[in-house]
Amino acid sequence: MTKTRSTRRAFLRSGAAAATATLLPMPAIAQAAPRVLVIGGGFAGATCARALKLLVPRTHVTLVEPNSIFTACPFSNDVIAGLRDIKVQQFTYDKIRREVTFIRQAATKVDPQKRTVDLGDGASHGYDRLILAPGIDLRWDGVPGYDEAAAKKMPHAWKAGEQTQLLRRQLEAMKDGGLVVISAPANPYRCPPGPYERASLIAHYLKTKKPKSKLIILDAKDAFSKQRLFQNAWKELYPDIIEWVSLSKGGKVASVDPATNTFVTDFGKHTANVGNVIPPQKAGRIAELAGVTDRTGWCPIDPSTFESKQQPGIHVIGDATIAGGMPKSAFTANAQAKVCAAAVAKLLAGEVPVQPKLINTCYSLVAPDYGINVAGVYRPVNGVLTEVEGSGGVSPIDAPREIRKLEAAYAESWFRTITAEVFG
Amino acid sequence: MAASPEPPPGAASCSGCHAVSAGTKTTVPRIQGRIAADIVAAMAAFRSGARTATVMDRVAKGFTDDETQAIAAWFAAQK
Repeated sequence: MTKTRSTRRAFLRSGAAAATATLLPMPAIAQAAPRVLVIGGGFAGATCARALKLLVPRTHVTLVEPNSIFTACPFSNDVIAGLRDIKVQQFTYDKIRREVTFIRQAATKVDPQKRTVDLGDGASHGYDRLILAPGIDLRWDGVPGYDEAAAKKMPHAWKAGEQTQLLRRQLEAMKDGGLVVISAPANPYRCPPGPYERASLIAHYLKTKKPKSKLIILDAKDAFSKQRLFQNAWKELYPDIIEWVSLSKGGKVASVDPATNTFVTDFGKHTANVGNVIPPQKAGRIAELAGVTDRTGWCPIDPSTFESKQQPGIHVIGDATIAGGMPKSAFTANAQAKVCAAAVAKLLAGEVPVQPKLINTCYSLVAPDYGINVAGVYRPVNGVLTEVEGSGGVSPIDAPREIRKLEAAYAESWFRTITAEVFG
Repeated sequence: MAASPEPPPGAASCSGCHAVSAGTKTTVPRIQGRIAADIVAAMAAFRSGARTATVMDRVAKGFTDDETQAIAAWFAAQK
């Protein structure tokens, strides 16, 4: 007993000393447990809430998320191509609810001065640290003619769920000999190789089920992620199906007409049987309401803590961030979330966060048994997450098919592993 | 101060691919609880190209010897 008490006293003394030394506003050790609110239950938010609770169990962590089921975007292109049931993409918050407080609501307002968040049910919640993981919103002003009503005719399928299934149904209903058109946005956007993986897997479906059909990608860019790997694979697997139209060849979509499924470019018109518009994007709306977005629509952050450069006490993780060289992927979101949790734990204790290092690994499937990847290691350099020189890069351009097959299996393993960590 | 449960720089990212939960069906080897020297040796072999890889060659090149040793020691201490 005596030993326990003296240890506790020593701990309290060291805590008081730390508080005096750092001169930072911080809750004293004896005060109530720090309150951390996490908004958004995707790969970033769900990871961060759990990681923080694990690191500092006394923290009162609340995860705010309007949906009771999460539908994962990675591998949703398999659903579109008829290779996977959407149920495999779906996860509940049942396990997370046992570890942190889960509130099934949308956040409607953030007051960074008062440090409160209002929810859809009218309740107001105070916080010591707020973590925003809002993902993306689509820019409905990004493609003239494309709005929420148009998305019911020409799906974006860039948030997994009903839109994914709509695009699948349209492909199933299409006659052989039909034309599929995908429009891809300029950078930055969620999942840089995603439009090209989607084109590949739809082409796989067409080749096996509707071989007279064609697919055109209208691109607002002249270069894209894993480009040589994709293009080599297309030449090998889908030479008569996929056509990529780059920005300089007139690929930028000027407008769409959902009544006729038409994509209009400066060079002409493409009327599709199935039209998939992937519009430009921005950080999820709550980020804008919290004042953490800049004129780009994304969120500048400190690369060590993921604290907003615009609002102290608010951290942003995942797709919504401006994360230097790190692409907007689920792996990135998960990695950032763990770094942010560690930094928030330090900040709540009045300590200085460490300089982090983060990894991204991102697989794409070109066919069910043909995987490619890009990987990178990142660290803060002059306030920007920068790829470590000599590290990272894409799969070898000349790898044999056994390696591509192995990578497809690794991609599946990755999905099971990361979703088990985040939701299991 | 008690030992921090916090992983050293870089280590938190690894569980994105290397499963922590024993129930996860995966072809990627688990690394927690492995002997630290073995992890260090594997990383050195990935970096030099002595051991072939699909991803780890490019990841290993992003870490210094000191960082790799800290990560290996942390994983070795995990159950």
